Amino acid sequence: MPKLTTVSRKLSNVLYQRRNLTLLLMLTPPLLWFGVVYVGSLLTLLGQSIFTFDDMAMSVVAELTADNFRNLMVPANLDIVLRTLGMALAVTLGTTLIGFPMAYYMAHYATPTEKGFFFVGVMLPMWASYIVKAYAWTVLLAKGGVMYWTLEGLGLIGVLEAVLRLPGIGGDTLATSNIGRFLVFTYIWLPFMILPIQAAIERVPANLLLASADLGARPFQTFRTVLWPLAFPGVVAGSIFTFSLTLGDYIIPQLVGPPGLYIGSMVYTLQGTIGNMPMAAAFTCVPIILITVYLALARRLGAFNAL
Amino acid sequence: MSVAIEFKSVSRHYGEVKALNSVSFTVQEGEFFSMLGPSGSGKTTSLRLMAGFEQPSSGSLTLLGVEASGTPPYARDVNTVFQDYALFPHMNVLDNVAYGLMVRKMPKPERYALAREALAMVALPDHGERTPAQLSGGQRQRVALARALVNRPRILLLDEPLGALDMKLREQMQVELKVLHRKLGITFVYVTHDQGEALSMSDRVAVFNRGQIEQIATPRELYHQPRTRFVADFVGSSNVVTADLARRITGQSQCFSVRQENITLSPVGTTAAPGRVQVEGEVLAIQFLGANQRIEVQVGGQIITALQQDVAAASDLAAHTAPGQRIALHWAAQHMVMLDA
Repeated sequence: MPKLTTVSRKLSNVLYQRRNLTLLLMLTPPLLWFGVVYVGSLLTLLGQSIFTFDDMAMSVVAELTADNFRNLMVPANLDIVLRTLGMALAVTLGTTLIGFPMAYYMAHYATPTEKGFFFVGVMLPMWASYIVKAYAWTVLLAKGGVMYWTLEGLGLIGVLEAVLRLPGIGGDTLATSNIGRFLVFTYIWLPFMILPIQAAIERVPANLLLASADLGARPFQTFRTVLWPLAFPGVVAGSIFTFSLTLGDYIIPQLVGPPGLYIGSMVYTLQGTIGNMPMAAAFTCVPIILITVYLALARRLGAFNAL
Repeated sequence: MSVAIEFKSVSRHYGEVKALNSVSFTVQEGEFFSMLGPSGSGKTTSLRLMAGFEQPSSGSLTLLGVEASGTPPYARDVNTVFQDYALFPHMNVLDNVAYGLMVRKMPKPERYALAREALAMVALPDHGERTPAQLSGGQRQRVALARALVNRPRILLLDEPLGALDMKLREQMQVELKVLHRKLGITFVYVTHDQGEALSMSDRVAVFNRGQIEQIATPRELYHQPRTRFVADFVGSSNVVTADLARRITGQSQCFSVRQENITLSPVGTTAAPGRVQVEGEVLAIQFLGANQRIEVQVGGQIITALQQDVAAASDLAAHTAPGQRIALHWAAQHMVMLDA
């Protein structure tokens, strides 16, 4: 087929010589997808937040108002925001504490084979359904569940009861306490923390750690002055995941932990049961604002200097 | 003079691999001591043992008279200049240099004053505010040197510090290092695979091969009196004549070496002068090197290279030194160095 070959060669030549045309052809579909489907729909949603919801008629009226945002400041709603924010911060801290040592080991000590096992081990839980895992935890944490059974066997049930009596984090049982909820969140989002930290630590040459020790730094000093600052962008990347995923989640708060709405469950309730789309949209703005503030703080701390 | 470093039958194994196999040697205080060898010969492992990055599998290692096996790097009076410099990318040059003082909790004004002094010593007085990424390779090298020296170590370890620099800078740094060594009077232990570097800078050189030391000697001795075949081959560029060929040439089947600059060429058929050893062969190739030319001659299954001053093309000898021609090689008997193996 000599003719077809000529045509395709000509096409190749045109595409090769006109780089801008190639670029345009390549970028149009993703840009449309990103611009229209992502940003466009988000802006439409946020635009809803300044519409009025008629309580009597239970319908949206195209009347512009700031009432929805004023409503966010009502104690009951502020409670929801602070409750979610507190958990998001706790989960971010918890996943960092657990994830960092593991990521460090994976990056600097594990042999290639071990590293493979670690990666599969970290990611395997992500392949299972999120709902199934959340439900499984309710069983694990329930009275008579594995957790209680194990602690009883170890004779530590008294300790658990003492912890559960603590205000704020305690509750009647593990399954209905904030500790339980924290455990489930930490478990579910841990891979999102480990992987970016691992990638960041892997980029830190081992020689820098040796040089630090060589210059007289004890291991903790090396961690504080060399390893942590260089791994920090990875920690921030991971924490953006854990922080925003916790802020937006609406299933775990329903299944585990004490009663009380989260931002996600509030949005779910508002738009589903009540149909108050404008108020739901106003609530959606909250995580966006919180994450913007969070990123600004991270930037201040120099998290993006290495980018 | 007291002993700075002593290795007593030190071995370092990685599983089955013996990176260092029962090595013993001493380094005197104030000495410029080089460890020379190809990659994987054990020279870098020895340096890492001195720094404390690794511990010996067996044997004993003393630093300044104190047993050092088991002592972590941060508790040793030793500092290292790394091959890739290992400067901290998130700190500026001044903080890099002041690092060792900072972790020892020296107050800021004092440590910055000392760091500036160290930077001035390596001729970078105005570069403190820059980051390592803004420096050239040669400048990073100097910063790494200042960062090590600011701690006033009694032993400075240098791991192929000039490896990443271009030739000209390298020669300049060699001179500077030598000057620095004389000025500070501390022990320098220098790892390199470049024999020229080792010969030009060191008081003594240890030649490493396969986890063991082949010879420790002054550069001059190493060059003129190599003890083993490996040393003769690795240091300078000697022709190592195998036992087989040696029997044909000298009548004795002991292998020997002869430097290429000591070999003279003459047309075939001439008889050797008394006290000179002669052998004939076939010219394989000629390399023009400027002032000299290197001629490869095949002699009884072995290639012997001779270094000659470049001769005018019209000369009688030039007519015979063309590929495919037969030619006679001869050298003074005293230039042959008998080798162990």
